[in-house]
Amino acid sequence: MCGTRAVVVGAGIVGAACARELALAGFAVTVVDRGGAASATTAHGEGNILLSDKGPGPELELAKLSRQLWPQVLAEIADRSASGAESVRAVEWEPKGGIVVATTAGGARALARFAAGQRAAGVRAEHLDAGQLAAIEPLLTRDHQAAVYYPDDAQVQPAAAATALLADALTFRCELRTGCDVLGAVTRGGRLIGLRTSTGLLEAELFVNAAGPWAGEVAARLGAPIDVRPRRGDVLVTTPLPPTVFHKVYDADYVGAVSSDDGGLQTSAVVESTRAGSVLLGSSRRRVGFDDRLRPEVLAAVATKALRLFPVLATASVMRAYGGFRPYVPDHLPVVGADPRLAGLWHAGGHEGAGIGLSLGTAQLLRALVLGRPAPIDTAPFQADRPAVLGQTSTQEDS
Amino acid sequence: MTGRQVAVVGAGPAGLAAARAALGAGAEVTLIDAARQLGGQYHRTPPEEYAASRPEALQHGWPAFAKLRRELLGHPRCAWWPETSVWALERRDPGQQGPPRVHLLRGPADGSHRVRQILEPDALVLACGAHDRVLPFPGWELPGVFTAGAAQTLAKGERLMVGEQVVVAGSGPFLLPVAASLVEAGSRVLAVLEANPAAVLARGWSRKPWQLAAQLGKAGELIDFTGQLVRGRVPFRTGRTVIEARGAGRVEEVVTARLRPDWSVVRGSERTLAVDAVCVSHGFSPQLELPVAAGCALRGTPGAQFVQTDARQRTTADGVWAAGEITGIAGAPAARAEGAVAGWYAGGGSPAARALPALRRSRDQGRDFAARLARAHPIGAAWPGWLGPRTLVCRCEETDYATLCRAVQEQPGAAARTAKLATRAGLGPCQARVCGPTVTELAARLRGAAPDAVPADGLPAAGPHHRPFAQPIRLGELARPPEPPDAAPEHHGA
Ligand SMILES: Cc1cc2nc3c(=O)[nH]c(=O)nc-3n(C[C@H](O)[C@H](O)[C@H](O)COP(=O)(O)OP(=O)(O)OC[C@H]3O[C@@H](n4cnc5c(N)ncnc54)[C@H](O)[C@@H]3O)c2cc1C
Ligand SMILES: Cc1cc2nc3c(=O)[nH]c(=O)nc-3n(C[C@H](O)[C@H](O)[C@H](O)COP(=O)(O)OP(=O)(O)OC[C@H]3O[C@@H](n4cnc5c(N)ncnc54)[C@H](O)[C@@H]3O)c2cc1C
Repeated sequence: MCGTRAVVVGAGIVGAACARELALAGFAVTVVDRGGAASATTAHGEGNILLSDKGPGPELELAKLSRQLWPQVLAEIADRSASGAESVRAVEWEPKGGIVVATTAGGARALARFAAGQRAAGVRAEHLDAGQLAAIEPLLTRDHQAAVYYPDDAQVQPAAAATALLADALTFRCELRTGCDVLGAVTRGGRLIGLRTSTGLLEAELFVNAAGPWAGEVAARLGAPIDVRPRRGDVLVTTPLPPTVFHKVYDADYVGAVSSDDGGLQTSAVVESTRAGSVLLGSSRRRVGFDDRLRPEVLAAVATKALRLFPVLATASVMRAYGGFRPYVPDHLPVVGADPRLAGLWHAGGHEGAGIGLSLGTAQLLRALVLGRPAPIDTAPFQADRPAVLGQTSTQEDS
Repeated sequence: MTGRQVAVVGAGPAGLAAARAALGAGAEVTLIDAARQLGGQYHRTPPEEYAASRPEALQHGWPAFAKLRRELLGHPRCAWWPETSVWALERRDPGQQGPPRVHLLRGPADGSHRVRQILEPDALVLACGAHDRVLPFPGWELPGVFTAGAAQTLAKGERLMVGEQVVVAGSGPFLLPVAASLVEAGSRVLAVLEANPAAVLARGWSRKPWQLAAQLGKAGELIDFTGQLVRGRVPFRTGRTVIEARGAGRVEEVVTARLRPDWSVVRGSERTLAVDAVCVSHGFSPQLELPVAAGCALRGTPGAQFVQTDARQRTTADGVWAAGEITGIAGAPAARAEGAVAGWYAGGGSPAARALPALRRSRDQGRDFAARLARAHPIGAAWPGWLGPRTLVCRCEETDYATLCRAVQEQPGAAARTAKLATRAGLGPCQARVCGPTVTELAARLRGAAPDAVPADGLPAAGPHHRPFAQPIRLGELARPPEPPDAAPEHHGA
């Protein structure tokens, strides 16, 4: 592959991870982004790397692969150079473990079933009794029905993680062009051979569409539309607090919200503290297109759910809120693979609320597919050649 | 009566004038301020206990203010909502007309029982003022370093002395009144240091700074202050500033130095002065979070932006007017004139009203004054020469200059949002109110414009004024549903 040119469109975490794998594989990579690197969705979400929220299936397999890769990849980067080590420190990798808490009897039953299924699929999921829970998360509500501990849930600072991956890629044959908007395709004989961009023509043998929630738009500009849609999420940030929340704590509603097709507002509490002492409270899920408005009632719903888990937070001040747009495919599976219509074009994205965690596994699958090598897990469920990706789902969920 | 519901945010000179004009136009007015008292930054009213004695001594134009205050508080169509902060503005659905919904928190900020309310006015006047812009310098994080505005608030509002031996430094005509308030509160002001050399001041003003007031025709407010200063023998020096504060645990001395017109330090001119407080102000930062949340376009350059308004003080956001320091820094009389124009139109007043031409003239004089002020008191481009690698640029998060330089100069992490997350500059409790414009300016110099300055669909531009929460709100307050708007305002005719 030495010297084969690859262009990655999008310098979010998915593009960064893919660029790194391709650069390691010997490609000459150019990463382009119309904005700055790691500053779109990747800088407007949270950094949970979760197994706990995924039921058995292809996404869980990708999550397990990714979870295994995270510490390995970070160690590789840190070992490569002093600046690599510094960029890895900024990633704030914390394998702190997650706790899912059910506050209703119905939720407890669903959680027990869900966890049993996960255990069968190889996820460590340990039931906690009230005493154990109080010992490891002392300020959590005592008013709960069941709790499951997932020791393998972890956390990163997502923009720093993307930056570290990209910086590592740049130590190989890789170049980053920011402020470069991809406008259209140059094809020859049904094959994509170049991109028209705001800063000129970019030719290569291989093109990866990693444009996050804008992947559908980029694909359309290239003449091969795919159905990737935005799903808004909002997060609240408190002023720094004394230690209050020790793990990542979710209410069991989270389990339901991820795969739900309901377009209206859904919230489920995700409570975690950052290294700086702030507590992040997530998050909502709304299908509102790219509507950037802050909706106080949505934030109120997030606050209400979070307080159900941690009543002590009632007096904590929220100083900021932010939101982003999770990229999703209507069948709620990522897309990783070659475009079935336009040779030379590949897609990597649509990870919805899990793109940070899943980025590393995704990049490894892409590398294997591009090189025609065996992949560590089955890639078929993620292929681009499926009705949901090609916009052939009949229901129009979005407004 | 026009029956229009006008909400005015900010009860400083601009907001008060807006309220009065809107009432004059026949509207129903809700006047909102986070403070307990009317008056804003200018008429910083001392708590009642102190005010009893002799407020005139601290306040200029007090009788006119007292009259306006009585008029508003006694007006049947005016509701005064003190200790009420606007924590968020919620824009309407695309295609819908009208100003944003106004989300309020009512009650003492330190109390535990603030309630949420929502107003849906027909017109919104934003008059949220400005705060001091303070440039970083080594030691500015030490206790004993105050912004001039904070020092003045303590002196005027609480009659607290910030220190025994004080230096006031920075740039702008308001250094003088600040010094006067400090003297009044009992401090010894060792010097007032205006960083711009006399030649720059003269170019902007063509006269001495203390003669400015006359240009506006307002009865010598600044002259009065200067009179006090002269009587108190406070030296006023131009072309000199504080470039460092030192002390173990708090300020014990400052280093001052001569500056060239570009604010580069003349080496060898450094002097140390023993002080126990230093008050600095290098200009003003308008409070732009509400205008930005409302969707108002800004004008100006990064680090020095204001709300863009038309001849009627209308912003680019439907149903939203702006007045006072958020549109430009020109002092209280200009703020009043703008407020009157804004309030009149927001209240549905006729464009043919007879009083308008005079108001507009005085507003235009105010704008002219603002332009001169900006010309006479520029921030010199060479000020970063004061910074050492360890100098903090963000005090909340203790981010130093070297860290900022590294972050914005290294390729993959250079985007504004990414660098902010990496350096944490601006992520602390003040939410970049203090360091935002400085970091934006420094970063732009180090790397050119940020590549994410143009936002993606739905994501906010990485500007220093994007603060969707204009005020912190407790989770418990947020979680409780809003109360219905009062049928009868509480503070009627108080
Ligand atoms: C509130 C919220 C919470 C979240 N929490 C988590 C979590 O805890 N854990 C987790 O794993 N995930 C989480 N996510 C999801 C995660 O943030 C995303 O899945 C992930 O960031 C997507 O990365 P990406 O690289 O695909 O997209 P992006 O980061 O959006 O990158 C795409 C890039 O493509 C560029 N681009 C677009 N169009 C063009 C064009 N025409 N030309 C050139 N460049 C272009 C964009 O500028 C952008 O930089 C959350 C998301 C949100 C919104
Ligand atoms: C230190 C200092 C000294 C000065 N000395 C002089 C002088 O001598 N002569 C002179 O002419 N001018 C002077 N000025 C300038 C003068 O104070 C201003 O020009 C004038 O106050 C501006 O009026 P304003 O109405 O725009 O804002 P302000 O007076 O600042 O009023 C804004 C009000 O809005 C409120 N507010 C802001 N945000 C919110 C929110 N989210 N929710 C609720 N309320 C909110 C604030 O509480 C505040 O009361 C001085 C200014 C300073 C800082």
